[in-house]
Amino acid sequence: MAPLIEIKNLAKTYGNGFTALKGVDLTIDKGEILALLGPNGAGKTTLISIVCGIVNATSGSVSVAGHDIVRDYRRTRGMIGLVPQELTTDAFETVWATASFSRGLFGLAPNPAHIEKVLKTLSLWDKKDSRIMTLSGGMKRRVLIAKALAHEPQILFLDEPTAGVDVSLRKDMWNTVRELRESGVTVILTTHYIEEAEEMADRVGVINNGEIIVVEEKAELMRKLGKKEVVLTLNKPLKSLPKALAGFDLTLTEDGSKLAYAYATTGKRTGITRLLDTLAAQNITFSDLDTVQSSLEDIFVSLVEDGR
Amino acid sequence: MNFYGMWAIYRFEMARWARTLFQSLVSPVISTTLYFVVFGAAIGSRIAHVEGVSYGAFLVPGLLMLSLLTQSVTNAAFGIYFPRFVGTIYEILSAPVSYLEVVLAYVGAAATKSIVLGLIILATASVFVPLKIAHPLAMAFFLVLTAFTFSLLGFIIGIWADNFEKLQIVPLLVITPLVFLGGSFYSVDMLPPFWQKVTLLNPVLYLISGFRWSFYEISDVPVGVSIAMIGVFLSVCLAIVWWMFRTGYRLKS
Ligand SMILES: Nc1ncnc2c1ncn2[C@@H]1O[C@H](COP(=O)(O)OP(=O)(O)OP(=O)(O)O)[C@@H](O)[C@H]1O
Ligand SMILES: [Mg+2]
Repeated sequence: MAPLIEIKNLAKTYGNGFTALKGVDLTIDKGEILALLGPNGAGKTTLISIVCGIVNATSGSVSVAGHDIVRDYRRTRGMIGLVPQELTTDAFETVWATASFSRGLFGLAPNPAHIEKVLKTLSLWDKKDSRIMTLSGGMKRRVLIAKALAHEPQILFLDEPTAGVDVSLRKDMWNTVRELRESGVTVILTTHYIEEAEEMADRVGVINNGEIIVVEEKAELMRKLGKKEVVLTLNKPLKSLPKALAGFDLTLTEDGSKLAYAYATTGKRTGITRLLDTLAAQNITFSDLDTVQSSLEDIFVSLVEDGR
Repeated sequence: MNFYGMWAIYRFEMARWARTLFQSLVSPVISTTLYFVVFGAAIGSRIAHVEGVSYGAFLVPGLLMLSLLTQSVTNAAFGIYFPRFVGTIYEILSAPVSYLEVVLAYVGAAATKSIVLGLIILATASVFVPLKIAHPLAMAFFLVLTAFTFSLLGFIIGIWADNFEKLQIVPLLVITPLVFLGGSFYSVDMLPPFWQKVTLLNPVLYLISGFRWSFYEISDVPVGVSIAMIGVFLSVCLAIVWWMFRTGYRLKS
């Protein structure tokens, strides 16, 4: 199946000479949730803005469902809903009016039933006649989501959708995003909450300094880059590592009471059996054994640090 | 064409206007009344007639133009400047609307407002002076075309301006003097010959002259010249807008 969104060699240099994107290639499949991670200023918003038509690319191309975003902008933009990172809303309009406005702007006939459904899903129904300026920050964020969903988009870009949203609402929002995906909507989200990507995404892309460092299935990424550790709690603390253990990637805690062995989950052999055999031969006994898997957060930090 | 999209923008702009309808309409009505009291009654009692028309009546087309031009420019400028300023422009830029549609919606809304205002001023004026409109169709033509052209100018200013000062300075420093010096309150014949020539460089003179002709069949320049001048001005504005959108000037980085 052809990808839904195909980004080819996309570069952006802003008017002040700053290059925010340096030849990004990325394909996004229909129906997936892709999380874009990256530190502040990595280029996430720039990338999204180009696909949505807010920023002009310097070079490269983007196609959505086979249509070029510049030549066929009506087609592509009609398919896309965008929730921007900044809380930019009107002040005096009501929630209902602003959502209806968005639907019209995207060229669709009024459909009060759809607007009602969207506002209810986002727990905004009882605020529908309130002016936006009277809402809290988290509610405004949801108003932006309602606006983006008002025209029934097939693709939804969420630029840090849960920034400033409380814990229970964040969970609600995750559920909403999952439901959207189930109804066939493709979701691209950026976030600084890595647990969010871990929880939601099918695939994870990491951007740093305007370059995509990695895009992988989330599970694959964790398997490939994830390290596991076996931590042994020793019965008798060691002063130093015995010579016989020199061949293993071992670290001894300061007080000598714990021994950690790092191994790659991708290798055919983990070396655990050999380690345990060697320990037994050395008469080193242990009272407990833990395994620790690195989280997406650890992976992310190490990726971004490598890129520096 | 994305008619729903244009309609959404148009309605949004009109709703914004409706929220401040009172200010939007009352202040121009009051200032027009003041002009009539000061110029019409006080000075008019000394200047009996201009080219066979009572001075009060002579003033009406000029005063109307003054309001029409300033209101069109400020309204349209603010209409597009504000979403840029608060950032809500992102939605317009990401929507499947063409630039032409965006311009038509914003400029159409601004022009509608100033036409309504013009009609209200006309009604106010009729309280003070007996009005006679010799060519109602021509009058409507000038009214609509001028409102549209200067709303387009306002739109350009609203995109060009990157702060509130710039947004206000053009109407204040350019439009008002041009209208005052463009024969709103006098006939060009009343000026010394040298200043008559200088005045001919003022585009607003042609508008006021043509507009006054549609009322009283008196004009400083032939009507055809007036229409041609509006046409030229409209084309210049259209060309600038076209260029702005093509390059994404101050809208897209
Ligand atoms: N209009 C602009 N002009 C010049 N530079 C810009 C402009 N917009 C963004 N940049 C720069 O481009 C880089 C990427 O910005 P971008 O907003 O895409 O980052 P981001 O990944 O979304 O960051 P964050 O996580 O903070 O939202 C930054 O260094 C930023 O300063
Ligand atoms: Mg960003």
